[in-house]
Amino acid sequence: MFSNPDLLHFIFGRLSLESFPMFHEPILAVTFAGVVLGGIVVLGALTYFKLWGYLWREWITSIDHKKIGIMYIILALVMLLRGFADAIMMRAQQAIAFGDVAGYLPPDHYDQIFTAHGVIMIFFVAMPLVTGLMNFVVPLQIGARDVAFPFLNNFSFWMTTAGAITVMISLFVGEFAKTGWLAYPPLSDIVYSPGVGVDYYIWALQIAGVGTLLSGVNLIVTIVKMRAPGMSMMKMPVFTWTSLCTNILIVAAFPVLTAVLVLLSLDRYVGTNFFTNDLGGNAMMYVNLIWIWGHPEVYILILPAFGVFSEVVSTFCRKRLFGYSSMVYATIVITILSYLVWLHHFFTMGSGASVNAFFGITTMIISIPTGAKIFNWLFTMYKGRISFDVPMLWTMGFMLTFVIGGMTGVMLAVPPADFVLHNSLFLIAHFHNVIIGGVVFGMFAGIVYWFPKAFGYKLDPFWGKMSFWFWLVGFYFAFMPLYVLGLMGVTRRMNHFDDGSLQIWFIIAAFGAVLIAIGIASFLMSLVVSFIKREELRDETGDPWDARTLEWSTSSPPPAYNFAFTPVVHDLDAWADMKKRGYVRPTSGFLDIHMPKNTGAGAILAGMSLVLGFALIWHIWWLVAVSFIALIGTAIAHTFNYNRDYHIPASEVVATEEERTALLAKQQA
Amino acid sequence: MTMANTTASQTEAPVFYLKEEHHPQNGTMLGFWLYLMSDCLIFAILFATHGVLGRNYAAGPAPVDLFDLELVAINTSMLLFSSITYGFAMLAMEKGSIKGTQTWLAITGLFGIAFVGLELYEFHHLWYIGATPMRSGFLSSFYTLVATHGLHVTFGIIWLVTLMVQVAKRGLIVENKRRLMCLSLFWHFLDVIWIGVFSVVYLLGVLG
Repeated sequence: MFSNPDLLHFIFGRLSLESFPMFHEPILAVTFAGVVLGGIVVLGALTYFKLWGYLWREWITSIDHKKIGIMYIILALVMLLRGFADAIMMRAQQAIAFGDVAGYLPPDHYDQIFTAHGVIMIFFVAMPLVTGLMNFVVPLQIGARDVAFPFLNNFSFWMTTAGAITVMISLFVGEFAKTGWLAYPPLSDIVYSPGVGVDYYIWALQIAGVGTLLSGVNLIVTIVKMRAPGMSMMKMPVFTWTSLCTNILIVAAFPVLTAVLVLLSLDRYVGTNFFTNDLGGNAMMYVNLIWIWGHPEVYILILPAFGVFSEVVSTFCRKRLFGYSSMVYATIVITILSYLVWLHHFFTMGSGASVNAFFGITTMIISIPTGAKIFNWLFTMYKGRISFDVPMLWTMGFMLTFVIGGMTGVMLAVPPADFVLHNSLFLIAHFHNVIIGGVVFGMFAGIVYWFPKAFGYKLDPFWGKMSFWFWLVGFYFAFMPLYVLGLMGVTRRMNHFDDGSLQIWFIIAAFGAVLIAIGIASFLMSLVVSFIKREELRDETGDPWDARTLEWSTSSPPPAYNFAFTPVVHDLDAWADMKKRGYVRPTSGFLDIHMPKNTGAGAILAGMSLVLGFALIWHIWWLVAVSFIALIGTAIAHTFNYNRDYHIPASEVVATEEERTALLAKQQA
Repeated sequence: MTMANTTASQTEAPVFYLKEEHHPQNGTMLGFWLYLMSDCLIFAILFATHGVLGRNYAAGPAPVDLFDLELVAINTSMLLFSSITYGFAMLAMEKGSIKGTQTWLAITGLFGIAFVGLELYEFHHLWYIGATPMRSGFLSSFYTLVATHGLHVTFGIIWLVTLMVQVAKRGLIVENKRRLMCLSLFWHFLDVIWIGVFSVVYLLGVLG
């Protein structure tokens, strides 16, 4: 029976013993052993401490936006380690592979690493960080009890996770794409990439994309429909504004990615001719389409970071944000302009002078609203009483670094200059400059800022400062040499160089990567140390920074229902207004609170999608059919469950709130 | 009276929270509308793709050799009728008539099945004469655009049957009415998309 190749092929599709690279790649063998050992320890600990039931009831099936937000951020931090491992491997390879030295990574492996690095960092680090922060903060900032569609929220999270798991599986089963993070055809077509790598790429992004799109819809409806009474659009906190614009961008951009990946899959699976070289295909169309998604995507990432900086600056300068309305309008202008610049990613592809000029000018125009924001933050700091807590450090590091990144961006926006710099390390330095200096710094600022809200204690400032300084200095060491190399004409994605005079710059860059590694380690240390010292760092007021927006008016961590009574908003910075005008916390008159019920449907559906994706990647057609039918069937069955909510009895609310009253009284005494 | 009120509100602390339960508006319709717009973007991309590849025949058949406009006109009328009958189902729902709603939903479903059936017949015929999606860029984009619409209609039919079962089990309760409303949006949306397909792909194709 086992000698029957047809049967084996029917059962396993393309999957065979050859598909497991850890049997012949030493690097992967060691990684695999590490992952297996680590996995056994974690699973063993969960079983030993009997945590499975707790995890399932309190986290996996939870529809609480706060827990889902925290899970998104945990996912992002785990994937950051994977993405950074890829980064440091590339830096090590490029620092040594000169002349006769081939380095330790063969091109075949190196290409997978730079592709995985880009895909993971954008889709499974930056996106979950942004979505996680928005999920946690937005409902609290607008005085809501949860998001508009709590079940969809849980489902979105698990779809994102299923996508991340798909990428992780590719490390040990088969291979990942060798095409670069946007998988341009014809290289990504079946002729030039016959393996499973591109299929892993496609299905990981499609599965995660469903989650991203639905969470975008969810948060828009939440912000539009569920704001506390009195909170008009122009009284919304800036972070909520940037979240609204980001989610509008998500809903208006991700379908384009979905569609273009469907077309690429059809080329690969069916043999159509969308992007092929012959029979009427047009590979340039792919590049246009993917950047019509891709450019808004970078604003999807940066806008929430702008929101975080706005909250942080006004809190830590003890002032109202300078130029609130100009901040809002700048955000809206960026949202619109982000759709009019996509072609600057491929000026060199011969669209002609007029087209290039149009897109060059629109690109330069985007720097105007962005510059307005920088001035608003600076004017907020001007004559403010600045306290240099860790979130504020990240913010100031951002302002300096991002301005440099912005200026090199304007250089790249000039088409003739771009003809020289296109696909060079200058470009690599530029986008890491804005993504690390903007998005990563912003997300760290946000995590440190809202951590006490989520867990009830602050993060240890010593390790926080260590993490900030190592990241900041490490960034400059790692990427300034790349600007130099790029100006000298060194192109991206090389795994070996002949010219030994370049080596010193790569060694400096590798040193920078080591500093960043210490920065990441320090951040993890800050989590561990703060957990150990949590009693010392505990905040019982719910408002440890003396902040200005509604999320700080409730306890830390907030109760499941967020607010015992829905707040009424009179002014911008509602909580600052409440504190100023003598708000007295209500201690009686509590009612039953209507809340959605937990459900396992999201995790189950995402699990089925994961199986479906795996079967599609490996051409295991019977499993495709089975998992697809199961997926549809389960989704339909879920709609037959009408019993989706419950009431938290008033007595429970009274108990929770009295506990807080006692804590607050102890504080004042 | 007014003056008394103003002075009172100046001296008393403002109200900072609601004493009663707060009921935000239901957002399902807005959410579903946003989803539809995202779906509309997928179609927009497929239309754009057809715009780019629609003349790339690669020495293969062109629309004028392939399309039977009479068949497509019949097919179009199936979908247009189904939109009207779905409208009747919603009118019956507003009147609270379960039987009327179910009957009109069933008729809508039958029109939908007729539409998908005719489309499959057309595809089968084209495939048989060698006009497969693998033949040229034009045929790739043609099949993808039309079949994506057809798949949407197929899912609409599955959804419609599911809702009929749910209406039969629980009647026209608030949740079911909301779901019927969402499907109504979805169904009419597909009609609008089809008008685009009929005009751009079939009519302009044969003309050009």
